[in-house]
Amino acid sequence: MAIYINRELCTGCELCVEICPFNGVKLDDEGIAVLLDACNECGACVDECPVEAISIEVIKEGVFDIGQYSGVWTFAEQRDGKLTRVARQLVGKARQLADVLGVRVESILLGHNIAELTQELIHCGADNVYLINNPLLENYQTDLYTKAIYDLTMEKKPEIFIFGATHMGRDLAPRLAQRIKTGLTADCTELTIDETERHLLQTRPAFGGNIMATITCKNHRPQMATVRPGVFREPEKDLSREGNVINIKPNVLESDILSHLVQFLKLEKKLVKLEEAEVIVSGGRGLKGPENFTLIQELADLLGGEVGASRATVDAGWISKDHQVGQTGKTVSPKLYIACGISGAIQHRAGMQTSEIIVAINKDPDAPIFKIADFGIVGDLFKVVPELISILKTKKAEEMVV
Amino acid sequence: MRFIVCIKQVPDTTNVKIDKRTGRLMREGIPSIINPEDKNALEAALRLKEEFSGEVIVISMGPPQADEALREAIAMGADRAILLTDRAFAGADTMATAYSLGSAIKKIGKYSLVLCGRQAIDGDTAQVGPQLAEFLSIPQITYVSDLNIEENKVVAIQELEDKRVKWEANLPALLTVISEANKPRYPSAYGIISAYREKEVETWEKKDLDVDEKRIGLDGSPTSVKRIFSPEPKGKGEIIKEEPKKSAEILFNRLRAKNIL
Repeated sequence: MAIYINRELCTGCELCVEICPFNGVKLDDEGIAVLLDACNECGACVDECPVEAISIEVIKEGVFDIGQYSGVWTFAEQRDGKLTRVARQLVGKARQLADVLGVRVESILLGHNIAELTQELIHCGADNVYLINNPLLENYQTDLYTKAIYDLTMEKKPEIFIFGATHMGRDLAPRLAQRIKTGLTADCTELTIDETERHLLQTRPAFGGNIMATITCKNHRPQMATVRPGVFREPEKDLSREGNVINIKPNVLESDILSHLVQFLKLEKKLVKLEEAEVIVSGGRGLKGPENFTLIQELADLLGGEVGASRATVDAGWISKDHQVGQTGKTVSPKLYIACGISGAIQHRAGMQTSEIIVAINKDPDAPIFKIADFGIVGDLFKVVPELISILKTKKAEEMVV
Repeated sequence: MRFIVCIKQVPDTTNVKIDKRTGRLMREGIPSIINPEDKNALEAALRLKEEFSGEVIVISMGPPQADEALREAIAMGADRAILLTDRAFAGADTMATAYSLGSAIKKIGKYSLVLCGRQAIDGDTAQVGPQLAEFLSIPQITYVSDLNIEENKVVAIQELEDKRVKWEANLPALLTVISEANKPRYPSAYGIISAYREKEVETWEKKDLDVDEKRIGLDGSPTSVKRIFSPEPKGKGEIIKEEPKKSAEILFNRLRAKNIL
């Protein structure tokens, strides 16, 4: 056991009981804190204790010579020859981190015939782009991407390596981290540098966004993290920015492949790209029935946005799951999020609370969604939304004339 | 064929409530459940067993009370259940978890498939599956919505953001399953009796496994929690309580002023 409670110092204030996310500590008969089996040794109580009665002992192997590692790397995810938005967002964040550390930003780009994307990464803030070009890498494949990136990581030794928490990123990063034997933190919403220790502070939501945890990876390098798309802003491109493109010949062979791509299948319907949308209009139980999503669709169309939905409407079968925003659905961060008839359970809020502007339209003035709304309209959505549609149509017509 | 399913007992976060006064999580009385997508993984394994015959083994790492989740899995139809429980495993991050689970799987012996849920609702990391596949040096297919075994190969459909991809891998392999894959069955009456009267959950401690002490629990975890805090509440917004038309106009003007429209 690595957490110790000093019975002499404990005052029984119960702050540790309150902060513990695992119900892992309670007061015993003498009113002194004791650990329970549920204790996960997360260390939350250590910082919380006002009298320093709780301590944590961490024994780590010093296998990594941390001083050898330098630079901030980003995985430049491309699909069908185009950079993803999150690839650009990562470079923007990496630039900020690297400037604090006084090191280089380097992006890792894999694929086939994608050299033109290197300039885009440089314009976003990369100093160097490692271009790993090979016909075998044209489409993402776990084993080959892992091998090519692993080899380069071990050779160049970056101190930080960040990935988009896309399906590809979440398939690749854990496999890679396990091979390197370093730490990986999923779905970070904030990345900063502890300037005295030069550690990456990785903050992420847990328990469906109910609590936030700051994670560090002190004794292993690189410090790896994934970031959900849309959490960080895309940097302004500086077209005059210059950088180096370094061509890397990967040591990958057909025989390295364990999972074989058979074919891409046709999607039956139009894709809902919530994560990429700048405007999302969402409907909840207040819509009363599936037919009323047409109202939401009309408003979304006028604003050039996508339609989102609460879990309740998806579970009720009013709309398909790919529209679902929230903990078990998608996390979105558009410029404008309009929640219509959504009460705003924490699971829903966890998926949209980082939106730039949140508008809530709800009959119930006590609906939790109003707590995070920038603009909350207390009223009947069936009356307010048509009025909003009519204003938008009028303005649109006026501006066409001008 | 032998199918191994990794499950996690999690607090039902869909029922979590926040204390209005303190803004903290209220954990009292929150039920523990099998992580939803792990149930989809178990259902997939049970269906494969029905088709190809064999054995379904569920395995979980957690505190002693995770026994309950494993009994539920037996009630759903699992043949064997193993609980890895030891204070030495506590504080594990995803890498140490993958190492411990993987060491237990190596002890079980030969297997055809390891099935995991895509991610757990308490941590949402989706990391243990791929890390476990890497530790076992077997192929992985993630985000699986459909799977089958054909001539000693697993064929699976992966759901990406903008594509559906059909993959094929030799056995043994590891798959992570999403909720769209199937609808998990309810425990049968016979299953419930069997889970509580006939079958036992096997408990494996550190001494039962061939593990390196430095790679399990807190000591085997490269990452550690520095701080836990409640998310900062957003600044107070503006509440508009006018007639519908007026409200809509005010909103439009506010959004215009912020260059949103």
